[in-house]
Amino acid sequence: MADQALLKEFEAVVGADNVMSAESDTHAYSYDAAVLDSVAPAVVVRPTETEQLGQITALCNKHGLPLTVRGAGTNLSGGTIPSKGGVVVLTGALNKVIELNTDDLYAIVQPGVVTAKFAADVAAKGLFYPPDPGSQAVSTLGGNVAENAGGLRGLKYGVTKDYLMGISFFDVDGNLVKSGSRTVKCVTGYNLPGLMTASEGTLGVFNELTLKLIPPPQAAQSMMAVFDDVQAASKTVSAIIAAKILPATLEFMDNFTIRTVDNFRKAGLPTDAAALLLIEVDGHPAQVAEEAEKVEKICSEHGARSVDVARDADHRAKVWQARRDALPALANLKPTCVLEDATVPRSKIPAMMQALDRISKEFKLTIGTFGHAGDGNLHPTILTDKRNHDEWVRVEKAIDAIFDEALAMGGTLSGEHGIGMAKAKYMEQETSRATIEFSRRMKKSLDPKGILNPGKIISALLD
Amino acid sequence: MADIQKLVTMLNELDDQLVNCMRCGMCQAVCPVFTETGREADVARGKISLLDGLAHEILKDPKGVKDKLDRCLLCGTCQANCPSGVHVLDIFLKARAILTGYFGLSPAKRAIFRQLLTRPELFNKLTSFGSKFQGLFAKPVNDVLGTSCARFQAPVIADRHFPRLADKAFHKIAPAMDQPAGSSGKRVAFFPGCMVDKVYPKVGQAVLKVLAHHGVGVFMPHGQACCGIPALSSGDRDSFEKMVGTNAELFANADFDYIITPCATCSATLKDIWPTMVDDEGLKARIAPVSAKVLDISEFLVDVLGVTALEGASGKKVTYHDPCHLRNSLHVTAQPRTVIKATGNASFVELPNAATCCGCGGSFSLQHYDISKKIGDLKAKSVEDSGAETLATSCPACMMQISDRLSQRGHSVPVKHVVEVYADSLG
Repeated sequence: MADQALLKEFEAVVGADNVMSAESDTHAYSYDAAVLDSVAPAVVVRPTETEQLGQITALCNKHGLPLTVRGAGTNLSGGTIPSKGGVVVLTGALNKVIELNTDDLYAIVQPGVVTAKFAADVAAKGLFYPPDPGSQAVSTLGGNVAENAGGLRGLKYGVTKDYLMGISFFDVDGNLVKSGSRTVKCVTGYNLPGLMTASEGTLGVFNELTLKLIPPPQAAQSMMAVFDDVQAASKTVSAIIAAKILPATLEFMDNFTIRTVDNFRKAGLPTDAAALLLIEVDGHPAQVAEEAEKVEKICSEHGARSVDVARDADHRAKVWQARRDALPALANLKPTCVLEDATVPRSKIPAMMQALDRISKEFKLTIGTFGHAGDGNLHPTILTDKRNHDEWVRVEKAIDAIFDEALAMGGTLSGEHGIGMAKAKYMEQETSRATIEFSRRMKKSLDPKGILNPGKIISALLD
Repeated sequence: MADIQKLVTMLNELDDQLVNCMRCGMCQAVCPVFTETGREADVARGKISLLDGLAHEILKDPKGVKDKLDRCLLCGTCQANCPSGVHVLDIFLKARAILTGYFGLSPAKRAIFRQLLTRPELFNKLTSFGSKFQGLFAKPVNDVLGTSCARFQAPVIADRHFPRLADKAFHKIAPAMDQPAGSSGKRVAFFPGCMVDKVYPKVGQAVLKVLAHHGVGVFMPHGQACCGIPALSSGDRDSFEKMVGTNAELFANADFDYIITPCATCSATLKDIWPTMVDDEGLKARIAPVSAKVLDISEFLVDVLGVTALEGASGKKVTYHDPCHLRNSLHVTAQPRTVIKATGNASFVELPNAATCCGCGGSFSLQHYDISKKIGDLKAKSVEDSGAETLATSCPACMMQISDRLSQRGHSVPVKHVVEVYADSLG
């Protein structure tokens, strides 16, 4: 329980209704979607105006209180697990779209706007906001920027960092810092929007985000290619890109995932197939028609047993339902579901698939793999029960092995989930000692008391 | 108050179910309470983490957890949309029973469940008595909706616009029935439920009219008890079992093809909750065949009697609200719409957000009227936006809640049960 005088200070800023310190409230903010131990904060504060965000930040700094900003708490790396005795600041009530500019193609939003709702508002104005993380129905834009969230459209349309044009945020003293602009071109000063993206709440508290919007594609064509050989499917991915076609989405599912999904929805998927590729090309109708034909041909030439081209909207929805079902179907199998996002250069997907197969056998674990093959971002999903201690030890070793393999192939620790607490220990392995030291010096000068989401990203060297 | 270690042990029995929640948070997108409050403890993920924390002694505030657990409509939307297939309703009902066992039942609930709902005859007498004197306390506010409000400050009623208790309960209007199968070759048992019996007897009359029209024989014994859900959702498993037992006496040995109800909540309770939540093995075995025969009235009309939508129907615009217990628990959505379209004199318009909860949630609306009102207002606004001239639904509790909100907002869109709309069309 936080001390009463401190609670009064928070209440003076946001009102008593928006300060929670009872155990039955704080415990509900002790976790996120990562499989990590929970840590309850001392206080949870829910500002309703962005100015209050700055005041709360300054207050935390004054008292040296660890501060973790939380949107929907859907992230998969422990980025929103707070510090013991710390403060959780909720952005849920800061959910206004301040401006949606259809002439200059940008929007200014508060950090708590829900991603899917924003995308729908944008679509209603005839425009397009492409980043579509799997949790978009609840995830917030502030969280998307903080974690640099990706999604199914990353291959062609990029991820959240490609859409952040400008930002304003509060520094630890509660001063408002602004950078970037409403213009497409802007080279004024340091690229602070770039610095804040993927900073996971460790450098500042977001106030407003300026996001780029684009015209939507006029047409799209989806298809499902069925393979009897994983390697053939993996090589097809490279062949499509090598043919200078950039699909909007190019998704992969392995045999285990196919069977699990089919069992889940009885969708009539080819359960004997070694792998599926789910592909969608979009753009101008003429270009879509041409590219779809080429993709179909490439798939066949590279050993696809069949290519099912969507005939209409219903058929297209069915193709994508299979992909959307991948995670829920796997999650239904076992109590604990560890969703990783090790990412490799596209050309290394065949090798990565072989490595995952070897790792699952070596550690005697069930691993279903699906994911964004087009951008090399795979989701090996380990199915386990964290209460089984022996198996859990093997799971942790398998995760180490997955990252060893990915990094050895020139890949990365995280395609879209962020580093948080879960992957901090591997940071030096991907970067360098100097990178960590540089980041720490930067953090130290911006946040001398270390109050901003401590324990994340670069924390492994702190102890 | 029992021993906390015993509480921990009992909650640990839920561990296999609790552990299935992977904390993805997708329940936030669909939870009507979270939409209003934005608080994690109000959504399934938060509540499951609180129960998990209590079971593993990470937190030690059973009272706080119970209060949070009670802030739930039990609409089941989270469960219907849960990627991990977590049995949220099952967990919450069991956890409420465990926590109620720990704290004991409140005196008011004890009186209502143990002295009243478990004794149908006394319940009938008391409501009949109440209906005669309610004019002293309530005055009409909206003739179309048939709502009233309190004449003076009343703690439970607050500023509600509520339908008055029927002057004559359904069981007083309709005789006990035991007809053979009619021309349809079918014979059904009719379970009207408390709300239809005491507040909306016209819905019961509509059911009888429709069944007679289709040549269906009716078995309707008097002395039916409440389905038990009010007691169970308050954690009183003993009273729940008593009510199920009373109903088992009436129905378990009778011969009928289906047991039908016009109440979504009763349907879901009889069909899903009775088999999973009754503990007594003997009773469980006796009610299993009854549960297996449960159909919502629209489901019966469409799936069994073959009622179909009529082409080119036109008339007043009628829209439909999906009661949570029909949509989320029983997955019945198409049939009520078909029944409306089968009237031939209504033009059906889809209700924006038809699937979202109306915010009633039984005793939730009594304990958390402020949140209940806000959720209900969203529904009332959807009804206004739809341009409908009648709102139809399949649950008397939803009818009551939506009538309250429409009435408070000064709207006079009549709220009817689907079966009433259909019965009206039969002339």
